[in-house]
Amino acid sequence: MIQPVILWTDALVFVLLAVVFSFALYARNKEHLRAPWREVVRSRMAVASLVVLTVYTITGLLDSVHFRKALPMHEGQQEVQYSGDVLSLLDELLGDMRTQVEKTYSSPFAMHLYTRESVIGDDGEQYRTFPRLEYGGAHLANREERSADIALRTGQALFQAVAVMLVLSVLLAAWLAKRWKLSLAAALRRILRGESDMPWRTAIAAIFIFAFIVTLTASLANVYHVFGTDKVGKDVLYQTIKSIRTGLVIGTLTTLVMLPFAVFLGMMAGYFRGWVDDVIQYLYTTLNSIPGVLLIAATVLMMQVYMDNHPELFETMAERADLRLLFLCLILGITSWTGLCRLLRGETLKLRELDYVQAADAFGVPKSTILVRHLLPNLLHLVLIAVVIDFSGLVLAEAVLSYVGVGVDPTTMSWGNMINRARLEMAREPMVWWSLLAAFSFMFTLVLAANLFSDVVRDAFDPRLRAQR
Amino acid sequence: MFAYVIRRALYAIPILIGVNLITFALFFVVNTPDDMARMHLGMKRVTADAIEKWKAERGYDRPLLYNRQADGAERVTATIFFDKSVRLFAFEFGSSDAGRDIGQDISQRMWPSLAIALPTFLIGLLVYISFAMLLAFFRGTYLDISGVALCVILMSISGLFYIIAGQYVFSKLLHLVPVSGYEPGWLAWRFVLLPVAIGVFAGIGSSSRWYRTIFLEEINRDYVRTARAKGLPEGRLLFRHVLKNAMVPILTGVVVVLPTLFMGSLIMESFFAIPGLGSYTIEAIQKQDFAIVRAMVFLGSALYILGLLLTDLSYTLVDPRIRLS
Repeated sequence: MIQPVILWTDALVFVLLAVVFSFALYARNKEHLRAPWREVVRSRMAVASLVVLTVYTITGLLDSVHFRKALPMHEGQQEVQYSGDVLSLLDELLGDMRTQVEKTYSSPFAMHLYTRESVIGDDGEQYRTFPRLEYGGAHLANREERSADIALRTGQALFQAVAVMLVLSVLLAAWLAKRWKLSLAAALRRILRGESDMPWRTAIAAIFIFAFIVTLTASLANVYHVFGTDKVGKDVLYQTIKSIRTGLVIGTLTTLVMLPFAVFLGMMAGYFRGWVDDVIQYLYTTLNSIPGVLLIAATVLMMQVYMDNHPELFETMAERADLRLLFLCLILGITSWTGLCRLLRGETLKLRELDYVQAADAFGVPKSTILVRHLLPNLLHLVLIAVVIDFSGLVLAEAVLSYVGVGVDPTTMSWGNMINRARLEMAREPMVWWSLLAAFSFMFTLVLAANLFSDVVRDAFDPRLRAQR
Repeated sequence: MFAYVIRRALYAIPILIGVNLITFALFFVVNTPDDMARMHLGMKRVTADAIEKWKAERGYDRPLLYNRQADGAERVTATIFFDKSVRLFAFEFGSSDAGRDIGQDISQRMWPSLAIALPTFLIGLLVYISFAMLLAFFRGTYLDISGVALCVILMSISGLFYIIAGQYVFSKLLHLVPVSGYEPGWLAWRFVLLPVAIGVFAGIGSSSRWYRTIFLEEINRDYVRTARAKGLPEGRLLFRHVLKNAMVPILTGVVVVLPTLFMGSLIMESFFAIPGLGSYTIEAIQKQDFAIVRAMVFLGSALYILGLLLTDLSYTLVDPRIRLS
């Protein structure tokens, strides 16, 4: 028995997904929209980063389906009670990682705690030692077996990943063989030699690497703490994976929130000029002149006061944390829409003087139709480029804001919160480095992929760059 | 030109008023002073008397915009809006919620901030431009490609990582510089060295890549081709002609941050425990001292607007077309 929970950000994430899908459907039969995308997927860099982004996105989406489990029924109980913990589909898939909580720090793949504790031995005497972990490596008898066990599991994972890759490439070859009207073997040869239009070989290689990582974690993470445990003994890998959703939500929802303002106001200012332009310019110059971090800090502080004074608005902790996340996206959106708005205003100013717009005006086409039919489609590439470029910056900004103390709720798992907590652990002797490593490496992979992808997208969509080549 | 400058300066006034109104709305309308008092005094068991006392001590007990009980000009001046917001225009910041004089704090803490921010800015500019020039000189070669790839990788790493890693390697492992702290006077250089180096390094990726595109844009222009066709050596061409012209967009682009250097960097100063304005702001945020945050928002905006003004000025200096129009 479960009760679905739809958090605000969940709903918006799925709205965003619907928007992306409907745009893809719309663009499918429009040659001028398909051409740049075809150019994007022809680049090997873009395909590799697209695979990375897809893996992250799927993780984030799985983590956006929330529900509450029913508590066991007591005798004579009429109504079903639901647990206060809001879980997601991802939690279910990750299995026991959430609940395998140790006492305190333990290093990656450790079988023993990181700190000494007083233990009473079999002979009744008290001595200080590193106690065994409750879950990490619990299936092994002693430390010597560990490397053999890890090697064995790695081998198995490699085997599974190879199998996945083989199945995938044969399926792909079968599909392409039909399209190219070749035999299966010929199609396979063409892919492996890298002679295909799309860099399928790169895609397969990237998928293989990720399949290997996924199978490896699947077989190791349930018996070891791959990235160790944190101060209260929680699995660090689990926290890092859960942080993916926060990063993605901040990177995408912020732009979703800001887009309507930026597009609408930018076009209005550029098209109507005169006092409309003055007002809108005044608005964004004013907002822009408040330093971003300070505006965010001030707003989040105010929101904290409001939330603390109105605790009755939130049913669960998750809802409260979620609303704070959404609010952070809103604020980030408000501080970051000005750049795009200015860009769109400038471009609209240029476009409105073009002959076809002037002609439409002369024919008496209503102004709203001119804006939507004639100007908007010619601005979309700028919007797309801005969205893609902003993404990586926003993911990085989350970490900084959480450090300042005005980021996501402390109970939300995010890379910023992990780094913030791990900062003090660096001063410990011996040092606790794995939380930092996990958070930074996951964040780096996502941001690097996003940066590489945005470069290719910008090159493909910017007509100015296209003219140069 | 003088008229132009005056016009731009006058244009800054409504923006400053706008900023002021936004901060006022944010700090006093979204939450009433009562809410703030309750927050500060702790949520539970707060008596109405305690709230009144807290407000009276900090001058929050007046009406927001219009005081009916006062006479004459006092009706407008004896309000929170006048006391806390209008006074900011004269840079009278009043006292913080903890009772300290904000104006004095700012004038003291500005110098350590500047000691970090100014060298970072200057050295950074030098390093980024040199690196970008190097890449532009070897454009299209493997050096260029790997340089750009390095830039992308560097800009994908969180700035926090540079600080944490830098502190660990240079202070804890090699013991070259102190981990954190500050000392006024010339002895500060030991404490300034690492933050500046990290600040410069953290910016290499994005800035160098950006400057490189500016250089490349300039290199593709007609006058460069002509100069090359006339037999000018590539090195001389790059330094004498391209660099000079590319400096126009670069310098006018960075002028805007010049005044805000006073504000310091939030992250850097709090990691290195430097008693500047950045750490002042962070402490205020963490202690929820609204008066300080309000003052810093206003100060930051005022400095940014000054930066915009300087940008306009620098444009008029380098581009005669703007001066004449």
